[in-house]
Amino acid sequence: MSLAHRYDFVLIFDVKDGNPNGDPDAGNLPRLDAESGHGLVTDVSLKRKVRNFVGLVKDQAERAPVDGEKRFEIYVREKAILNHQNQRAYSALNLASAPEEQAQVATENEVTDAKKKKPAKEKRKGSADEVALARQWMCQNFFDVRTFGAVMSIGVNCGQVRGPVQLTFARSVEPIVALEHSITRMAVATEGEAEKQQGDNRTMGRKHTVPYGVYVAHGFVSSFLAKQTGFGADDLELLWQALGQMFEHDRSAARGQMATRGLYVFQHDSELGNAPAHALFERLQVAPKTPGEVARGFDAYGVAFDGQGLAVGAEVQAAPGVKLRRVC
Amino acid sequence: MSPRFCLEVAGPFACFTRPEMKVERVSYDVMTPSAARAVFESILWKPAIRWRVQRIEVLKPIRFINLRRNEVSAVVSTRNVQQAMAAGSGTLGLTIEDERQQRAGYFLRDVAYRIHADLSLAPGCAEPLMKYTEMFTRRASKGQCVNQPYLGCREFAADFRLVTADAPPATPIPDTRELGWMLHDLDFTRPADPQPRFFNAMMERGVVQVPPFEEARG
Repeated sequence: MSLAHRYDFVLIFDVKDGNPNGDPDAGNLPRLDAESGHGLVTDVSLKRKVRNFVGLVKDQAERAPVDGEKRFEIYVREKAILNHQNQRAYSALNLASAPEEQAQVATENEVTDAKKKKPAKEKRKGSADEVALARQWMCQNFFDVRTFGAVMSIGVNCGQVRGPVQLTFARSVEPIVALEHSITRMAVATEGEAEKQQGDNRTMGRKHTVPYGVYVAHGFVSSFLAKQTGFGADDLELLWQALGQMFEHDRSAARGQMATRGLYVFQHDSELGNAPAHALFERLQVAPKTPGEVARGFDAYGVAFDGQGLAVGAEVQAAPGVKLRRVC
Repeated sequence: MSPRFCLEVAGPFACFTRPEMKVERVSYDVMTPSAARAVFESILWKPAIRWRVQRIEVLKPIRFINLRRNEVSAVVSTRNVQQAMAAGSGTLGLTIEDERQQRAGYFLRDVAYRIHADLSLAPGCAEPLMKYTEMFTRRASKGQCVNQPYLGCREFAADFRLVTADAPPATPIPDTRELGWMLHDLDFTRPADPQPRFFNAMMERGVVQVPPFEEARG
């Protein structure tokens, strides 16, 4: 079943004493907008959690889908090779990769330079039909390919897929404070380290946390792109479920306590939409109840649409032709 | 004369990647004509019509932010693929963590533009232009779009608003500067191998005039 509506959504989540998304450029400090002090969580960080969640709840056995079956494998996952997955698309469809291409692989193998040039050449090989078939197969088998899309034109050509779901960076509602904690450990990893410390065997480490922060991310689902990838209503439900529960399965020493605090979905009657997304987003206000007070829990925040709070599952008419539903 | 439309687009971030620095993405100072065209096309596009970006007005000061993300490098050993091909399926030898690449991005922040573009019919199209101008006006004024427009990369979604002829004029930033050679658009006459074309961009009091694509240099 394909989608017949446009959706815009707002994801609200919080973090307590954890690091929601480390910045590799800043020694893994929580990402920070240096000018305003607001915290950031990248789109790819959120997508990774959606993928991990779907990878957990859905069968990940590596097999080809039978005719008409939609599978929920995850393409960009841990311990996977992208090209190898592409190859499976070809094997499953019994599309012989052009024989001359194979020969080329063999001859160019030793030349490291050729590695760089070859994908570009290969990209243009393979007939349009084969590419379309492979792309379709990939969408049918992989949840994240039909949701977020994928560039699969590397090596063996599967073409490009633009996914219907578009996510933005999440930004904290208020400026965050990034704390740095020094921690100690009572053991060392190597003999050398022990010798250096003359058997003291104590080293120090560092941990960064945000004491408390509420973040908001925006997202969009295009039904037109959904049709191209076969993203259907059941996939959308799974996406909502994933966004609601993804933090529950992403516990780690670094994350602290993270939780989805709200998922507000605007459903437009028409596929093109019935109202500008920004106009809808602006009316959903996430704000501290007492400005200026130090917040250490979600209680300190209020979420209101046009000044009115929504219970989970509640639905209101947001604009002519636009329904707002609080999914979780 | 072909009808001209103006959209105001804004967003917290943007990245109009310079092609010469695309590994670690560095954005142009100003939205490129090709990115502006894509915004119009995300609202309305048919094979029968062409969008030509005429002018870009910069409404907010040009500011940057630096962000580094984990990305996938995925240059896969051809030998492994060969083995997988021979076997029909294969065991996996590498992890995605090993295929990791940390890439910094130098993105624009808090941007707002007014983009002006002409709508014209593709050569050989017999349909009335009015049909498409009406369609576009209807969609853009209601906030409708085929997919949410974005500012260079999909994670930088754009708010958009149709600016009608009777709307008050924008106040571009007072900066005047040479922006240097900037990507105009890609030439898709050979779809398998699109070629970029550049123009010498000049921002005068916040306004970049975009020359016709034919005048841009390959």
